[in-house]
Amino acid sequence: MTLPDAPSTHALPGPATRVTTEPILRLERVGKTYSTGAVTVEALRGVDLSVEAGEFVSISGPSGSGKSTLMHIIGCLDVPTTGTYRLTGEDVSRMREDQLAEIRNRRIGFVFQQFNLLPTMSAWRNVELPLVYGGVPRAERRQRALEALAKVGLADRVDHRPGELSGGQQQRVSVARALVTDPQLILADEPTGNLDSRSTEDVLNLFSDLHGQGRTIVLITHEADVAARARRATVMRDGVLSAAEGAVA
Amino acid sequence: MTWLETLWTAVDAIRTRRMRSALTMLGILIGIAAVMLTVGLGQGAQQSVAAQIDKLGSNLLIVSAGSTTSLSGLRGGRGSATTLTAADAAMLGDREVAPDIAAVAPSSQTSSTLVGNGTNWTTSVIGSTPSWLSVRARSIASGRFFTTQELNTSEPVVVLGAETASDIFGARGAVGQSVTIGSQPFTVIGVLATVGSTVGGDQDDLAIVPMTTYAASISPSSGTSVSSIYLEARSSARLSAAYQEADNALLTAHGVNATTADFSLNSQQSIVATATTTARTLTVLLAGIAAISLLVGGIGVMNIMLVSVTERIREIGLRKALGATPGAILRQFLTEASLLGVAGGLLGIALGVVGAMVLPSVLRQPVTVSTTAALAALVISLVIGIVAGVYPATRAARLSPIDALRSE
Repeated sequence: MTLPDAPSTHALPGPATRVTTEPILRLERVGKTYSTGAVTVEALRGVDLSVEAGEFVSISGPSGSGKSTLMHIIGCLDVPTTGTYRLTGEDVSRMREDQLAEIRNRRIGFVFQQFNLLPTMSAWRNVELPLVYGGVPRAERRQRALEALAKVGLADRVDHRPGELSGGQQQRVSVARALVTDPQLILADEPTGNLDSRSTEDVLNLFSDLHGQGRTIVLITHEADVAARARRATVMRDGVLSAAEGAVA
Repeated sequence: MTWLETLWTAVDAIRTRRMRSALTMLGILIGIAAVMLTVGLGQGAQQSVAAQIDKLGSNLLIVSAGSTTSLSGLRGGRGSATTLTAADAAMLGDREVAPDIAAVAPSSQTSSTLVGNGTNWTTSVIGSTPSWLSVRARSIASGRFFTTQELNTSEPVVVLGAETASDIFGARGAVGQSVTIGSQPFTVIGVLATVGSTVGGDQDDLAIVPMTTYAASISPSSGTSVSSIYLEARSSARLSAAYQEADNALLTAHGVNATTADFSLNSQQSIVATATTTARTLTVLLAGIAAISLLVGGIGVMNIMLVSVTERIREIGLRKALGATPGAILRQFLTEASLLGVAGGLLGIALGVVGAMVLPSVLRQPVTVSTTAALAALVISLVIGIVAGVYPATRAARLSPIDALRSE
C-alpha cells in the first residue's frame, strides 16, 4: 500500500487502480515444504504479500509459524517450492544460486539479529563488504562506506572493530552495511533481538528515519511493540500470512 | 570480486590466524626443504662420484679376476680367484693381439704394515709395473717411479702415496728413507702427487712396489697371478675396440666363453654408470621419504582449511547473504590454501638454500641446489596448496547461506 489513508491493511495487493508502479515485492501463493526423510514439513502454505516502494511492513508471529522461512524467501536466500515471487517485477522464484547471490547483493540490504559483523575487520571494512562482491572499485567503496556510516551516526567510529563498539552501535554498523548498496529493500530479521531497550529504541528510530527517507523496509520480529513501529503489520500463523488485528494504517 | 580482492581477503584471513597459519606452513616448509636437500645431496653425490671415477685414469678398462667358489659353495669376491696372471697382462700388451690397447698395468694388492721412522702404518701395498703411473693417470710429486730395470731385478724399492708418506715421515722428506714391509726393508724412491679419494678408496694412502718384488717378498703365495689388469685404450674413440680385443684375447687364452668367463671386464664409463645409478637410487629413496613429509604437510593444509571452514561457517553464510557467489567463496578458500602452500614453499626453499650452504661443511658432501629444483619446489607447494584446498573450499562453497547464518 502506498497511501497512508488506505482503508485497510491486508496481505493482498491493493486495488488495481491504485497500483501505478510495480510493487517492490510480490509473493503469490508461495509455498515451501521441507522433506527430511519420511517427514514432510509444510512451512509456508500459500503466502500472498505485496509491498510497495516506500512501505514499512512488519511480519511477526510465534516461533514455528514460518516467519523465518518467509524471511529467507523474501531475502532470496531460499526459493519457494510452489508459487511465484517477484522482486521489482523480476521472477526470482526459480533462479539459480549465483543469480540469487547477485540479486541479494544489488537489491537487498540485510540486518540480522546477531549483527553478523566480521570481528577482525574495522567498521568501514565491514560496511564495504557488499560492494566488494558487487565489483565496486576500492576508492569508491571506502567513500560509500564512510557515507553510510555517517548516515547511521557513526562517522567517528569508522576504524573501530565490532568488539570495540556497543551492541547498538554494532547494529547501526550492520544497518550501514545494508544501506551501502542503496538496495530496493531492507530486510531486518529480529534486529532488536540482541539489544537492550535503549539500543532497541535507537535502532527502531533509525528504521523510522529510513522509512521517512522513502526506504522500503520489511521487519521480521516476534515482539509486538517492535512490530507496531511498522506502518503495516502482518502476522504469520501456521504458514499463512494475514494482516495484524487492530493494526494501524 | 577481482583476484586481487580475493588475494587480499586470503592474506587477511591468514594474518588473523598467525600461529595456526605459521604451523601449517611449517609442514610444507619442512617438506620442501627436505626434498630440496635430499635431491641436492644426491645430485652432489652423483657429480662427485663421476669426478672421482675420472681420476682413476683416462680411457681405462679394468680386468678383474673371477671369484673362487669353495667346496661348501661359499663364493669369494671378485679377484679372489687366481685366474689372471702376468702372462695375461703381457699378452694384452702385445700390439698384434690388441692394437687398440696403449698400455697395460697388471696389479695385485694386499694390506700390509709399513714400519719406518720409528712408527708403523697399515695400508694397501700394490705390486705393479712402471706403466701403472700412466695408466692410472698419476704423477710423481717428489723422487721418481720405479723402472723396468728395477722391476726385472725385483728391487726392494717403494713409491708411497702422499698421505702414507706424511703419515710415516711427517713433514720430513720420505724419499731416500727406509721402510720395512713384512720383514723386508725397502727404500722409498718417490712420493705420488695427491689426487684425493675416489670410489676405489683413498688413492693417496698406498704403497706401490715392483710386481716382481711384491710376488717375491710381500705376497709369495700369489705367484704370478694378479688381481686386476688396468688397460689404457689409445683414445676414447678406440675404447670399445680395446674392450672387444681384451675380451676376445682373454676368452681365447683361458679357453672359456662369455658365460663361463673367469674374469670380468669393465670400462670406466660402466663404473661411472653403476656408481651414479647407485647414487641416484639412493637419492630417489631419500627424496621419496622427503616427499612423504611433503604429503603430510599437504594433509596439514587440508586439515587446517577444513577446521577453518567449520569455524568460519557464519562468516561464509554472511558473505553469501551479502552477495558472494559459490564461485567467489570457492576462490577465496582455494586462494587461502594455495597461499599457505606457496608461503610454506618459499620459506622451505630459503631453508633449503641455507641448508645447502651449511650442510657441505658438516657432512663433507657437496649439495647441489639448482634453480630448476627451486622452481619445481615452488610449483609443487602451490599444487599441494590447491589440491589440499579443493575439498574444504568446495564444502564452503556448497554451504547453504541459511544454515551457515543459523549455526552457532
